[in-house]
Amino acid sequence: MTIALIDYGAGNLTSVARGLTAVGAPPRLATTPSDLDAATAIVVPGVGHFGATASLDAAWREAVLAAIARRRPILGICLGLQWLFEGSDEAPDAPGLGLMGGRCFALTGPVKVPHVGWNTFARTDRPSRLLDGIPDESFAYFTHSYAAPVDEAVAITTHGQAFAAVVERDRVFGVQFHPEKSGRMGLRLLANFAALVRETG
Amino acid sequence: MLARRIIACLDVCDGRVVKGVNFAGLRQAGDPAELAARYDAEGIDEVVVLDVTATLENRAALLSTIRAVSRQLSIPLAVGGGIRSVDDAKAALDAGADKVSLNTAALRDPSIVTTLARRYGSQAVVVAIDARATPNGYEARSRSGTVAEPIPAIAWAREAAARGAGEILLTSIDRDGTKRGFDCDLTAAVGEAVAIPVIASGGAGAPEHFADVFTHGRADAALAASVFHFSEHGVADLKRFLLARGIPVRPPEPNTC
Repeated sequence: MTIALIDYGAGNLTSVARGLTAVGAPPRLATTPSDLDAATAIVVPGVGHFGATASLDAAWREAVLAAIARRRPILGICLGLQWLFEGSDEAPDAPGLGLMGGRCFALTGPVKVPHVGWNTFARTDRPSRLLDGIPDESFAYFTHSYAAPVDEAVAITTHGQAFAAVVERDRVFGVQFHPEKSGRMGLRLLANFAALVRETG
Repeated sequence: MLARRIIACLDVCDGRVVKGVNFAGLRQAGDPAELAARYDAEGIDEVVVLDVTATLENRAALLSTIRAVSRQLSIPLAVGGGIRSVDDAKAALDAGADKVSLNTAALRDPSIVTTLARRYGSQAVVVAIDARATPNGYEARSRSGTVAEPIPAIAWAREAAARGAGEILLTSIDRDGTKRGFDCDLTAAVGEAVAIPVIASGGAGAPEHFADVFTHGRADAALAASVFHFSEHGVADLKRFLLARGIPVRPPEPNTC
């Protein structure tokens, strides 16, 4: 099993790598698109500005989409979840992967933004393998100002507006929160992903 | 609902955790990685490592402390003290910090806040404000509380937020280490001035103080050091106390995995 952790120069990968290692799935850093050729799964980490995903250019997009076509599981974290969608109002010129329908939007309302801290997520009636064994209304650590629409969510969080906390379709997974920073619940989620990778790889 | 956060602060000097009163008179409190592991297991929501000496010769020591602490954590880690440049911030983030906290450097050159927010995102940039009450309102102080700044604390909070800070770490110099309770008036005033989260710091001595700062002070998070280091109140007990008063906090982690 080789989980490729995409390094596109946005934020640090230390804690994601550490979280995956803690659940027995130490990742390899992927610094060029060809690094994905041998990967059994892909993790797209991300903190920061959607514009940073502009470094994930056409070659990266092609390599990621090719891996997904080979049925490789992919997990997008935070900005990585947002990248699964068509795009984001945060950087209108940077296209997303378009695997999930809809665009990401700025959180607004009578709440503080960025949405920083521990919040709960509510499971929807869609089944989720990523959330296997994780109770409804679990707390997770969020830090973001933009968010994804709920249409394909398997879990929803509300901060001003409802947004997708977790998305899942076939082998495409995304989490808006940081599982690597979400205590035991987050480690369970990463372990679930690693188990899925083992099954498929 | 977004929970109010409880944050443990590790003031680190030469690789050891220390704690003083009113920013002076340090005493030893233990090994940073050991304390971090204990707080994580007890259900703390976040850890802050503050380098209270921050001299150049200790730079490498701080980075190894960040590495050791971050290895113990499954929750966010912020690092502050002596972060003077984009390179310092990068080194701290590369060593395992999720956020950097800027104080004197941001007062000297506020554009560093914007530079870091553009590069790493606002969520990685905390502006720490050390405030002291004066007859003319709250002043901002730099250099570990020793230098009074021309800009008042509340105006500075507003500017820091406008420049891209993701959070304000607000310390009352008057209350620091005194265990007399947080400065709720200061916290509420800053919280009203900015739309980003405010972390209240300085003065925690009893569970009631946390309840006060979350209600009267409307703090998004509360930070304490000595109250946790010397085990006067466990994190889990504190959270149960707050939950019983209807204050939303993340429940303590269960003992079984």
